Amino acid sequence: MAVEMLSYIDRQSPIHRLTGVTKLICFLIWSSIAMLTYDTRILVFLFLFSICVFIVSKVKLKEVAFVLLFILLFLMINNLAIYVFSPQEGVKIYGTSHVLFEISERYTITLEQLFYQLNVTLKYFTVIPAAILFIVTTNPSEFAASLNRIGISYRISYSVALALRYIPDIQRDFRNISMSQQARGIDMSRKEKLPKRIKNAASIIVPLILSSLDKIEVISNAMELRGFGKNKKRTWYRARPFQKIDVLTLILFAFILLVSLYVTFVDGNRFYNPFL
Amino acid sequence: MKKPVIQFQNYSFQYRSQAKPTLHDINLTLYEGEKVLIVGPSGSGKSTLGHCINGLVPFSYKGEVSGSLKIMGEDVRELDIFSLSKKVGTVLQDPDGQFIGLTVAEDIAFALENDCIPQTQMFAKVAEVSKMVEMEHYLDSSLHHLSGGQKQRVSLAGVMVDEVEILLFDEPLANLDPATGKYAIELIDRIQQDTNKTVVIIEHRLEDVLHCPVDRIIVVDNGRIVSDLTPDELLASPVLEECSIREPLYVKAAKYAGCEITAEMQPTHIDSFQVDGCKDQLIDWFEKVDPPLPKVKTESVLELKEITFGYTPKQQTIHGVSFSIEKGEMVSIVGKNGAGKSTLSKLICGFEKPSSGRIYYRGKDISEDTIKERASRIGMVMQNPNQMISKQMIYDEVALGLVIRGVPEAEIKERVWQTLKICGLYPFRNWPISALSFGQKKRVTIASILVLEPEVIILDEPTAGQDFRHYSEIMEFLVELNRQGVTIIMITHDMHLMLEYTPRALVIAGGAKIADDTAVNVLADSKLIIEANLKETSLFELATRVGISEPKEFVNRFIAYDREVRQKWQ
Repeated sequence: MAVEMLSYIDRQSPIHRLTGVTKLICFLIWSSIAMLTYDTRILVFLFLFSICVFIVSKVKLKEVAFVLLFILLFLMINNLAIYVFSPQEGVKIYGTSHVLFEISERYTITLEQLFYQLNVTLKYFTVIPAAILFIVTTNPSEFAASLNRIGISYRISYSVALALRYIPDIQRDFRNISMSQQARGIDMSRKEKLPKRIKNAASIIVPLILSSLDKIEVISNAMELRGFGKNKKRTWYRARPFQKIDVLTLILFAFILLVSLYVTFVDGNRFYNPFL
Repeated sequence: MKKPVIQFQNYSFQYRSQAKPTLHDINLTLYEGEKVLIVGPSGSGKSTLGHCINGLVPFSYKGEVSGSLKIMGEDVRELDIFSLSKKVGTVLQDPDGQFIGLTVAEDIAFALENDCIPQTQMFAKVAEVSKMVEMEHYLDSSLHHLSGGQKQRVSLAGVMVDEVEILLFDEPLANLDPATGKYAIELIDRIQQDTNKTVVIIEHRLEDVLHCPVDRIIVVDNGRIVSDLTPDELLASPVLEECSIREPLYVKAAKYAGCEITAEMQPTHIDSFQVDGCKDQLIDWFEKVDPPLPKVKTESVLELKEITFGYTPKQQTIHGVSFSIEKGEMVSIVGKNGAGKSTLSKLICGFEKPSSGRIYYRGKDISEDTIKERASRIGMVMQNPNQMISKQMIYDEVALGLVIRGVPEAEIKERVWQTLKICGLYPFRNWPISALSFGQKKRVTIASILVLEPEVIILDEPTAGQDFRHYSEIMEFLVELNRQGVTIIMITHDMHLMLEYTPRALVIAGGAKIADDTAVNVLADSKLIIEANLKETSLFELATRVGISEPKEFVNRFIAYDREVRQKWQ
């Protein structure tokens, strides 16, 4: 079929070889750091590091390009919004004001503001590739097995895996439905006014939900007929034991976490201030 | 004495949501190692009967049970769905929907995982079972990349790992192309012979299942068992006709010719069928029946010129396909699963853009037109009605396209009612769609396209999942539309449908057009049949065996005659 966004991409790479648990923990560590810190040095380091990981994973940029662009669009909107609503946030944070040029008093562009927004952007850039990588390099079934291993009930683990597995299916359905509805004259393009477009979207969402509900009925019957939910435990065909590479990765990430926490909070401030 | 494995005694069942019982007073015993076919029209209760055997009734679908059902000597009421699943393995109708794992091996192992079998034993068992269904080389393939027949073999393997005693197949032929369906029936037969399991097949395509021998056929209608006979006895009886289940075509032809079919003639399979006694009658009949009228040529309404397309730039799905459809034609597009038939219809409707080639409508190039612009001329009805329905009420659903186009309300009402009348849905116009059967929903979707008055309608598997009566109804309805001037293109797996209703067939294989001929000629070409995964019709063989010199003409006349007979049903 055509492009399938955000589904598992099977490759041979060290990243793919890591167990799902390792990847999940690393991803959680990664995002906590990125959320906590505004320290530019750490963010730059994480960003460069994530690019390296991306290259190692052998996932091609164009395979995730669409999602990436989509998020970048939001990032841009976010940046604009920050500027519109809080144009002097940077000045407040860094305590100095290096004026570049003036538009109006409120919207004076300062170096501090630019620097602050650069940091916000960097935060996005560190988390997004990691999140995408996590999704596309983790085999859903293996991920479920991993979740189960770290103590989450297998029913929940399996639902997560199923959800991941159905992403491409639902995308395919969505495309088919949207086309057949467009053929009936429902215009989703920019030619239509926004309120009408939202109303029109309902005519795609409803069949999508209905056909998904059908699917859920079939799959839950199929699962029950094959004994899912019978025992308290289950084994996993795809389960993989922890290997040296997993342990090493976890240690490395724990180390990165500690270092970044130290660097971030050593001077009692989450921000790295180059203006002092 | 044979050991009974399934015993229904005065068994009745009523779904909680329904006013009347679906099954009445069922008394039925199936024995170990038997191969039994359950047939019946849609809504007859045959699927419910299957659900009772595998435990979905009453454990998943709740309702009122009376009487008793014993599986392997144990009362179902004292079991649960899990212990039942160790005895009865079910292969569901839609192989896509029932896959749980991502790869072949995982899916086969699913039941083992739930039984907490250690990983190493799982590997061994999966390897063993996959060999049995000839899928051992695909263990790591993604399920999405398999063909329809392969998918079905995987789901069969998935239930066989459990060492079940009873194998239950719910409409195994529904989504398969003819040749794959034939293979599936052979595979079921082989596995049954190798393992001596009890096999229950629920299916309404009788002739296709009878390709391999079955011990008994149970006919279900209106929630009751109407007959329980051997295939030979059943075909000699009038039961099938009464329940409007399609008889094998060679039997039907002999009946039309006025022959009396008896069990001694062994009508179960065309090869065993003793036709000597009714040779003369068949030849007589052939000479008496009028040949169908040839169609007059009209102008071209839709033309494809050298269409090439690929979902990715490197992989071409469609290779230089050209054809022209004339106004008022009824054409079928056939070919194996994944040959590119659906892609072709998407290209015609503008859902996808060809990488090269042009599409003409009445001689005008429409290659650059948008989906919406094309939609007023070419309507597309998708296979799954749930993918099209977006309103709760039938009237609103059918009116949707007109409302959006800003048609005045009075006119909408008139056109919608008119369309509903044509589609036989007028009495239901104020019903919620959720109360309709699958076949009725299908008609709603056809109505919602028809109301826009397109000149060409493309239907993807218009009769999938329909029993013979509904099949005839839908098809006669389409013929009627066709008579009113609508050009109809159908994408189908159903050889009967192609033969009966579409004088012309386009055969697609591997993304290229390999034939464009009359349906009868296509099915008379054995090379083409193999290449496109089609299936020959038993009528040819009957004609040859009787000694009719023009078997194609025999097929033509049979079809014309048969349709006339069936039109009287309505």
